[in-house]
Parts: sequence; C-alpha cells; structure tokens
Amino acid sequence: MALSPTDVARLARLARIELSDDELARLAPQLDVILDAVAEVSQVAGPDVVPMTHALPLTNVFRPDVVKPSLTPAQALAMAPAEEDGRFRVPRIMDEEA
Amino acid sequence: MSAEILRATASELGERIARRELTAVEVTTAFLDQIERVDDDVKAFLHVDRAWSLDQARVVDARLDAGEKLGPLAGVPIAVKDIFCTQGVPTTCGSKILEGWLPPYNATVIDRVRNAGLVMIGKANMDEFAMGSSTENSAFQVTGNPWDLERIPGGSGGGSSAALASFQAPLALGTDTGGSIRQPAAVTATVGVKPTYGGTSRYGVIAMASSLDQPGPCARTVLDAALLHEVICGHDPMDSTSIDAPVPAVVDAARSGDVRGLRIGVVKELGGNGYAPGVEQRFREALDVLKAQGAEIVEVSCPHFKYGLGAYYLIMPSEVSSNLARFDAMRYGLRVGDDGVNTVEDVMRLTRGAGFGDEVKRRIIIGTYALSSGYYDAYYGSAQKVRRLIAEDFDAAFTQVDVLVSPSTPTTAFKQGERTADPLAMYMSDLCTIPSNMAGNASASFPCGLAPEDGLPVGFQVMAPVLADDRLYRVGAALERGLEASWGGSLLDQLADSDAGAYLGVRTDVATPPLAEPVEASDAREI
Repeated sequence: MALSPTDVARLARLARIELSDDELARLAPQLDVILDAVAEVSQVAGPDVVPMTHALPLTNVFRPDVVKPSLTPAQALAMAPAEEDGRFRVPRIMDEEA
Repeated sequence: MSAEILRATASELGERIARRELTAVEVTTAFLDQIERVDDDVKAFLHVDRAWSLDQARVVDARLDAGEKLGPLAGVPIAVKDIFCTQGVPTTCGSKILEGWLPPYNATVIDRVRNAGLVMIGKANMDEFAMGSSTENSAFQVTGNPWDLERIPGGSGGGSSAALASFQAPLALGTDTGGSIRQPAAVTATVGVKPTYGGTSRYGVIAMASSLDQPGPCARTVLDAALLHEVICGHDPMDSTSIDAPVPAVVDAARSGDVRGLRIGVVKELGGNGYAPGVEQRFREALDVLKAQGAEIVEVSCPHFKYGLGAYYLIMPSEVSSNLARFDAMRYGLRVGDDGVNTVEDVMRLTRGAGFGDEVKRRIIIGTYALSSGYYDAYYGSAQKVRRLIAEDFDAAFTQVDVLVSPSTPTTAFKQGERTADPLAMYMSDLCTIPSNMAGNASASFPCGLAPEDGLPVGFQVMAPVLADDRLYRVGAALERGLEASWGGSLLDQLADSDAGAYLGVRTDVATPPLAEPVEASDAREI
C-alpha cells in the first residue's frame, strides 16, 4: 500500500489544509510510513468482534429544556476575526463563475 | 525562606496557609520569583501574569482571614496546561491558530480549582493540540527537561512536568489522550494520573480525541496528586460523558499505601525488546519494594496490547480530523487570505495551512484517509475492533489481579531533536500508556529511580479497573514510601541538591541556611 504525494494533496484539499510543495514532499513519505506501520491492525480481529466506539458504555443524556444564562452576542463576537452589524463577517461563499 | 517554600509539598503548603503561618500571596510570590529565575532556561510557561496570580492569591487570603473554610489546597499555586480554557486569559493549545485567543468561559476543571482556592500561576507549554511526546511540537517554544535541559520533558504535557520538576509550581493540570500526563511524569520523576475516562470533566478542554481525552492531576508526591484529583473529579452535567458516581476515595488510599495482599500483575507484553536496560532494572526493583510490603506479584498476558499503538494511530487521528474542523477561521482564531477575492473555502485552507504545524497536519490527513469511503472498514472499523480486544484483555486480567503494572515508557528522556524527523519513533513513547486510554480505565505513573546508564528518571505505571482510581494511589504511596526510605528522600530532592540542579537555586543542603521558622517547617513535615 502506498500513499503518493497526489493522494496526500487530495486528502489535504478534503481536509481544507493548504500544503506547499515542500510540505507535500516532506509529509507524504512520512504518512506512507505511518500508514504502513498501522496497517497490521486490519489483520487482528475476526468478523465476530464488535467494534468499540467509546471507552465506557454510554446512554444518551438529556437536560431539562429550560433557558439558562449563555454568552451575550458581544461575548460571542469578541474574538471574531471579522465582525459586521453584530454578526460574524465571512468571506464570500461562491466563486466568481458561480 | 524561598527555597523552603519551593521545595515543600502542596499538602504542606496548604496546611501552613490554612494555619495562616504563610499567606497565599507569600507562596505565590515565591513561585512567581522562581519562574522569573529559571524559566528563561526551562521554558515551561507560555503565559505568566504576576497581577493575575497575585489577585487570585489576595482573594484567597481574604477569604481565609475571614474564617472561611476552603479545601486543603487553598492558596497553593498550580500550573495549567494551555489546553484548558481560562476566561479572559490567553489559551493557545500550543498552536498559532489560537495565538491571542481569550476564551469566553472557564473549563469546569478550572472552575473547580478556583473554587477550591488554588492559585493559577501560569499556562504551561504543550505539544500543539496535545499531539506529541516531547513538547517539541509547540508552535512557540521547546521546553527543557529540568534533569538535563537538552532533553525532552515528555509530551504533550511537558510544560506541566517541567514546571513541577524545576520547582516553578507544586501542582499542575494535564490531559492524557495516549499518555500525555503519564509519559511526561515518567521522564521528570514526577507523579501523573489519568483518571478513569469520565471521572474528570472535559468541558472547556480543547478537544483532541474525545473518546480518549481525560484531564488529570500532576504533582511531585502521591498525596499531592490525590488531593488535586479530589478537587477536579466528579460529575459535571456540562460533559455528556461525565460519570455520575461517587469519586473513589483517592486521598485515603494515598495516605494508607497499604498493599498487603494486593495482587499485582506484570504485563508480559510491555517489556523486552526496545526497552532500555535501566528502565527494566528500576522497574523490577520497584516490584521488589512492593513485594516487601506484602503485595503479591504475578505475570499476566495481555496479548492484544501490542496492537494498541496501531489502533490508536487510526482512532485518534480520525477523531482529530473531525474535532479540528472547528478551526475554520470564521468565529475565532487566525484568519489568513481574507482579501475580498478568496472564497470562504480558500480562506479556511490558507488559514489551516498557515496555522497548523506538521504533526497536526499529519494527523488530520491520516484521519481523513482512515475515515474516507472505501477505507473506513479496513482502518477505522478494524481499529475499533482492536480497541474492543484490548478492553477484553483488561477485563480478563482484572479477574486475576487487582492492578496491572509496567514501565511507563520504554526509555528515559531522549535528546531534543532526536525523534522529530521520525514520527514513528516518537509514537513509540506511548506504547505502554495507550492501552488504558483505549479501554478507559484509570492509570498513573510514579517515579521509580534513575536509570544507571544515564542517571535519568524512570516511571512505574500502574493500571487499575474503571472507577478503581484509589488503587493507583495505594500502590503509588507504597512505592513512594518504600523507595524514598532507601534513597533518603525523593528523586527531585536529589536533583535539587545536586550540582546539575544548582541552576534551580533551591539547594537546602549547603551554604544558604533556610530563613523560615524551623519549628513550623518540622511540624509541617509530620503531616
């Protein structure tokens, strides 16, 4: 199994991470080695083993549906990279051609 | 005076503050001065603010002077790993993407620590988003191991462990996802405990892998760790995975240290090839110490532990890739490339490319791969099955023995830079600690000696069943008592009084005689 720089570039795009050519050249071989080392995991358990999603058995937890104090708009916006009219300002969501 | 305060245990300091022989301000000032004296060399802290800490201390003093009864740690300073949200106080998680961020609320653990009257003395350095075993992945600075500043203090909680071992704080808070409390404790001769999963609240702890992360206490003595454990443990409605059950009697266990009749299982698979000879030697000697105190030692096999590392490096990155999606440059944190032309997706990509370091990128990409269609069953699904097998190994072992033990990590502290280019070698540091994160049981590391070949600390890991955290402290206290009797003091006392530790300025064996009231000091030591 081999993870090529092309694969890594595609995965980075999916994960919304910009990688420079240098980073791609450095990270791709490392990722390949890591995946190779963990691959044996797929050989260990038979089909009858039930996957374990969590450390402890959990049941869903509900809280009473009552209004409690929460952040004010000013507190929520205090650390925003950009703000406009009491809202988070975000970059445009469409490409030019869209 | 100052050296005596800095060398005292947290429980001694708490007693003396409660008796009003010392004030919280005096104690806090002593530690702030120590930070000023040594942290340019150690680099344990990312954020220190004298006014912030002294204000907290003054409030505690006023409450105690008014006759209020606070807990046994009131007025005692504590270093806080920079993964805990502290309202209005910089919290970076070791990442550039959060540089300058001021959280709008406190983690539950932080609120509990404050309510108990502890004084936060600074935010401690860590690997970025707690990903690493050396603290070299911090975006801001590389922390030295107080035993040898050119070596690593462990990770991800290397700032916390280094602060303790350099007498810059008597207590610290950590988080443990695959060993980030226990491995740093092991390589610095400090105590680190990962409580049972769900025992401490994760609310306000910046998430790495939610099914594995667990906050816990870091300290210089077993009793101090237990006292802090009791402060931070317990049910929290703000964390849906928090256990609603009584907290195990950890302080009683730490005071008793009675291991007579306790069955201790040595995990056969955690030793041998890849383990340093000095680590194995000190581990075996520690077993003899426990045996001499009446414990029964048997060998136990946990055949699936050897697959733990591989399964961990699929499950953890999968959860990482999902958790770290929140850093999207929209609501807080860094934003790069918002030039009016770039789209929101471009800005996310550019921000995450610039804001995350190599290890974070590696893990997000591995996780994205492991969860992707066509690979999910082979990777993430298989890893979850292995997780089940590891938990079943624990269950089977705990029908035969009361606790399991192993070295905490296969080697002593390695040199800075030695493993940074080889991620797999770095990952091996967590070989012994990962199984307990996978199964969710309680686990701890206690100092058990210095390896003969390099004179560096070795850690002894104890693993107990879910919600039997008290057994960790029972074994830890027995070990501490037995070993310190043979050493004539703790390992950190040896460091403090050695030439290698002279830079710490806390020698009490030579020249500078203590200025403090010797009567109270000897009283305090009887506790």
